[in-house]
Amino acid sequence: MSAVPILAAASAVDTGDTAWMLAATALVLMMTPALGLFYAGLVRSKNTLNTFMMSIAAIAIAMVTWALVGYSLAFDGTASLIGGLDHVGLHGVDFAPREGMTIPHLVFMAFQATFCIITTALVSGAVVERMRFGAFLVFAALWSVVVYAVLAHWAFGGGWLAAGGTLDFAGGVPVEMASGFSALAAALVVGARKDYGRQALLPHNAVYVLLGAGLLWFGWFGFNGGSGFSTGNNSVLAFTNTLLTPACSLVTWFVLDLIRGRRVTAIGAATAIIVGCVLITPAGGFVSPGWAMALGFLGALPCYAVIVVRPRTRVDETLDVLAAHGIAGFTGILFIGFVAQAGWNGISDGLLYGNAAQLGDQALAALAAPAYAFGMTFVLLKLIGLVMPLRASEREEALGMDVTYHGEEAYVTGEGAILVVPEDGARIPVPVADPG
Amino acid sequence: MKLVIGIVRPEKANDVLEALFRAEVRGVSLSRVQGHGGELERVETYRGTTVQMGLSDKIRFEIAVSDEFVQPTIDALCEGARTGEVGDGKIFVLPLDQAVRIRTGETDHGAVTPVKG
Repeated sequence: MSAVPILAAASAVDTGDTAWMLAATALVLMMTPALGLFYAGLVRSKNTLNTFMMSIAAIAIAMVTWALVGYSLAFDGTASLIGGLDHVGLHGVDFAPREGMTIPHLVFMAFQATFCIITTALVSGAVVERMRFGAFLVFAALWSVVVYAVLAHWAFGGGWLAAGGTLDFAGGVPVEMASGFSALAAALVVGARKDYGRQALLPHNAVYVLLGAGLLWFGWFGFNGGSGFSTGNNSVLAFTNTLLTPACSLVTWFVLDLIRGRRVTAIGAATAIIVGCVLITPAGGFVSPGWAMALGFLGALPCYAVIVVRPRTRVDETLDVLAAHGIAGFTGILFIGFVAQAGWNGISDGLLYGNAAQLGDQALAALAAPAYAFGMTFVLLKLIGLVMPLRASEREEALGMDVTYHGEEAYVTGEGAILVVPEDGARIPVPVADPG
Repeated sequence: MKLVIGIVRPEKANDVLEALFRAEVRGVSLSRVQGHGGELERVETYRGTTVQMGLSDKIRFEIAVSDEFVQPTIDALCEGARTGEVGDGKIFVLPLDQAVRIRTGETDHGAVTPVKG
């Protein structure tokens, strides 16, 4: 995304680029329900729907905040800290391309919206199984503006990181590090689940987890492949690297699983896919396919370490968003600083190719983004906590979030269900499951 | 020799198991059951269909014990399963005519006493 148009070029819509970006936008939107499925499989069955619904809610909430104000704050103007208000309510967003781009402004806005949506959904992984649904909706609305839009401006919208030369192809800063370090803050403020560290709280459906991870990987081709906003070389490179890096992370994960437990685990494999996709997100259009493979092999190591260590701490960052997104995003951002090649990306070299300054620019982003995301999320949740309770009562937590907040169960059998007839409010004792 | 049946909340099943192991009661079967014991009925809605859920999920423990273990078993069930809210469950103690350990053919007291070591 460094290719954000600063150069004034002829702004004509290219039909090929636009066709691809329309498809890419749809692919990225699909990642959010896929994430819901991935997360739902990782929780206990009584919290399946609530966990899935947090992702669905992110689509509702973040899309609206993005259209109202988030897009403008991220992409109006190139002030160093935050964008302007000219695009509030999508004012001025129409068919004409943005300066230097070849796709309609509307498509650009829609593509960026899907990023805001999935990032907001990602944070939910830290607080599932105990956060109140209403409090999460409020948090999602504020977080998508105060944290996501600001970091998107820094890295994508011509803010100080982008202007300073930080390379972030598809969102190591606003998506991966932002969600990962915000997740850590959210877990600390909301607190651990009541049985955390005392009882085994196990994933209830590993097939959902694998299917969710597979769909996320599929969608990620739009996420990374679309972040060049064209069908040009950077997009093609990012697209192909999105195939290579996760495959290499999977290999590393298999080996580490074998060393640690003598078995290759399925949920570990699903995690490795996510980690690989995240690793290549910032680097996709900037590093050679060979280095993308190296990133997959090596970058999985710190993520695996954090996933092993984190459950032994008192921090119930439940679905390991920090490890899979924060640490992997951090690693990917730094990796660019070492191995970027102008011969592949047309922009800049990294340290190994004689440009040490690039590593400095990358390190700056790797410090600033986590600090901002962690700090702002911590404060934001503390403030929301002053106005409303953040978490469910112990009794509600025991009963499960699905029944408590949605009045539904994921695996309802119908036995013992008595139909309530709405006309007169009378209760007629006819079991719903009765075939007669 | 008695058969102790305890019906408890699913979320308290692990606490009950822990309490039973602490009381050195080692032979346990459990099954998932649905039941109604006077707790408030939940209302759920699926599109246009609103229903009252008359049955709640419970875990049913079945524990065959020799007489000196009856009280410790009951105590462990109460300790592990109690929350103080309606719906904590019930314990039933039944006389047991005979017990056989299939592996050895031991009967009665021998059959319900855990193998040491």
